[in-house]
Amino acid sequence: MAAILDLRMVKAFYGQSEVLHGIDLVVEEAGMTVLLGANGAGKTTTLRAICGMVRSEGEILFGEHRLERCTTEQIAGFGVAHVPEGRGTFIGLTVEENLRIGGYTAGRPDEKMQLMYGYFPILAQRRRQQAGALSGGEQQMLAIARALMMSPRLLVLDEPSFGLAPRVVEAIFGIVERIKREQRVSVLLVEQNASLALEMADRAYLLETGYVVTSGSAKALADDPQIRRSYLGY
Amino acid sequence: MAATLRADATAKLGMETRSVTSVGVWRWLGSAVLIAVAIVLPFTLSKYHVFQLTQVMIYAIAVLGLNILTGYNGQISLGHGGFFAAGAYTAAILMHRYGVPYWATLVPAALVCFVLGVLFGLPALRFEGPYLALVTLAMAVAMPQLLKYFDTWTGGQQGITLVKPTPPPELGLDRDRWLYFFVLVVLLVAMRLAANLLNGRTGRAFVAIRDHPIAAAAMGINTARYKTLAFGTSTLFTGVAGALAAIVIGFVAPESFTLFLSLSFLIGSAVGGLATIGGAIIGGFFIEFVPNFANDISDAAPWAIYGLTMLLFMYVMPRGVIGTIGPWLAHTMQRFGSARRAAK
Amino acid sequence: MHQLLQQIFSGLAAGAVYASLALALVMIYRATDLVNFAQGDMAMFSTYIAWTLVNAGLPFWAAFVITLAVSFVGGMLIERIVIRPVENAPILTAVVVTIGLLLIFNATAGWIYSYTLQEFPSPFPDRPLFGALMTTRDVGVIAVTLVMLVALFCFFRFTATGLAMRAAAQNPESARLCGVRVGRMLALGWGFAAAIGAVAGIMVAPVLFLDPNMMAGVLLYAFTAALLGGITSPVGAVVGGLIVGVTENLVGTYLIASQLKLTVALILIILVLVLKPNGLFGTAVVRRV
Repeated sequence: MAAILDLRMVKAFYGQSEVLHGIDLVVEEAGMTVLLGANGAGKTTTLRAICGMVRSEGEILFGEHRLERCTTEQIAGFGVAHVPEGRGTFIGLTVEENLRIGGYTAGRPDEKMQLMYGYFPILAQRRRQQAGALSGGEQQMLAIARALMMSPRLLVLDEPSFGLAPRVVEAIFGIVERIKREQRVSVLLVEQNASLALEMADRAYLLETGYVVTSGSAKALADDPQIRRSYLGY
Repeated sequence: MAATLRADATAKLGMETRSVTSVGVWRWLGSAVLIAVAIVLPFTLSKYHVFQLTQVMIYAIAVLGLNILTGYNGQISLGHGGFFAAGAYTAAILMHRYGVPYWATLVPAALVCFVLGVLFGLPALRFEGPYLALVTLAMAVAMPQLLKYFDTWTGGQQGITLVKPTPPPELGLDRDRWLYFFVLVVLLVAMRLAANLLNGRTGRAFVAIRDHPIAAAAMGINTARYKTLAFGTSTLFTGVAGALAAIVIGFVAPESFTLFLSLSFLIGSAVGGLATIGGAIIGGFFIEFVPNFANDISDAAPWAIYGLTMLLFMYVMPRGVIGTIGPWLAHTMQRFGSARRAAK
Repeated sequence: MHQLLQQIFSGLAAGAVYASLALALVMIYRATDLVNFAQGDMAMFSTYIAWTLVNAGLPFWAAFVITLAVSFVGGMLIERIVIRPVENAPILTAVVVTIGLLLIFNATAGWIYSYTLQEFPSPFPDRPLFGALMTTRDVGVIAVTLVMLVALFCFFRFTATGLAMRAAAQNPESARLCGVRVGRMLALGWGFAAAIGAVAGIMVAPVLFLDPNMMAGVLLYAFTAALLGGITSPVGAVVGGLIVGVTENLVGTYLIASQLKLTVALILIILVLVLKPNGLFGTAVVRRV
């Protein structure tokens, strides 16, 4: 299967410190890759390196584009939609305005907003409310919808389950899977909730202090009892 | 493995203590050289240049005050010109009306300005950032107007003319040089006091409050008390500088203490290095000499040159001269020290 | 009573000018977390440009529009060239840069146009209205300001670029992730602020007479107004401006002679701030620990 995102020997730096030490990672076209690991392993840093938010070395290939020297805005323009840690909602804007700004680079905002309201009916109800007034789960849905307004080829999600009740997490993941199928969007997912993530994903990578320690098909990682016990805690 | 790790760490620690000491030696040597130069200089320069250098030192003390408040404690002040004026007028009124000798006016000026600063600092606790800037700005704007208004004390628009001090005859110095040394002594004392304050518990509390007030409070630091103390200490220094200015120039008038003076202190602070002590001296030089230098370059628009010079300094050294050079120097000296050790 | 209403109305007209400049300050503060001390002198310089155009024979409103366009571009260039290098530096460094800019504009204006007071034409005749309750000039100034405010409101509320600018000011990182060129939005913000300042300068010049130091007092009042309203609130800037204008006028008429007027007005406003330390409409910065 062709890779839509290919990281080769990617290093990342915060100031003088090197925090990623040569990561290799692949997301397949229309597939889902999950990035697992403990806190501080470098998962969020990897996503930030992809989107040009942190100084990096190495190759980052996205379709026909090389992302290493591009700005965050340019990368977004190429079709990478990143939902950051903490959701990055514009709390001072309304729900509808949040969606609109998501669709800033792509076209046909009204049409796509209707599509989003279809996936997330609760957002339609709250369209004129300030985004800051939404609950955690609703904000997460808004963040994902905002990202999808970009008509992306790659959706990058950083800990979408963070701080949410299990039922809400399941609902959100269900929608993400549906979107992936229907819109043919590739997904790169960082998750602490390993079991749920491994069920949905095709490939998995396990990060530890800036290194990839294990990689393979998601099923293989999920089935390997040693990996499950030492790294995934179950 | 653990044993070798520990040996490694001890070795590294030993190296580091030694390299810190060598930095300390360099610093001591550097200060000694500077002080020696400062002592010799007035005998090699004309009286006017000596007067200018005295001005530099007075501004340095004032900027040092601002550094304490804005640099180390993070409270912005656009009003220090007003406190400078308070110190100047305190000294002037004491000398003119009550015949107090000039050297005895410093302590009262310091006390008056300390109290003023604390009185200001208490309500200032409620304000931050641009709001605090406005409150202090009000001080700078109000001061000249208040000085003109209470003219029975202050001499109003005309100000107060003072008799310049006579140097003690035993030393054989003329007035300008005597005043130079007088101010130099006060400057050195001020810098020592500031260093003691800022390198000790109080200074650390100031910085903690600047960087993370909530964490500081959570650690048990009484932020209200320290912020007020910072204000009072800061205005004390600037007030003493004002008193010195009155003594050295021999004249005070409301026009000398406009908003522009407050802005000049801020500029001097930023150019020298906000959270530094040595930067205050660089700031003093900048405030005193760059306007003159600008005048030499362009007769028509000297202030434009002054503005451009400011911009240049901020682009090249955004943390000020000492703020940029200081860490670089320390880093280079440490590397030099450890390279020498490695070569052995 | 009649005099009181008169003073209130002329205070509102002055307040409209303060409101405009305050709005420019708020706009820049929201985008770059910076108080632009040069805003007043940028406006003064724009007013000199308008004056030059009018003296060259252009009709007033043509000069007005051209000046606004030139100021807009000028503001964008200043953000790009002067402010961009220090956008990641400590705040006080950027503040000193704006002070330097202030000096440069002031000195350059003085050098090109000299420091003599110049007359500046007003498009509105100075005739009394409603039995000398107000003048046509005051009404004109208020009307122009109103039109400008409505136009700005519509721009920011209903256009894609306006939304992008608001998003970039609120959360630059998220805005970048949505593909918004945040740097360009900042430049646009400065452009708008410069144009708004130009309007303020042109409206006030007929009253204050044009000279390089014309805007010093206006800037001080505008700064006060912006903080009174809440430095992050555009609505606050406008309301604050009007309040400051009226207060200044009433204090000057009923309380104290012109020398201490500024001090008293400032003190009154600071008293209000003591009760509401973030301004009337400002939001306290919620800090997560």
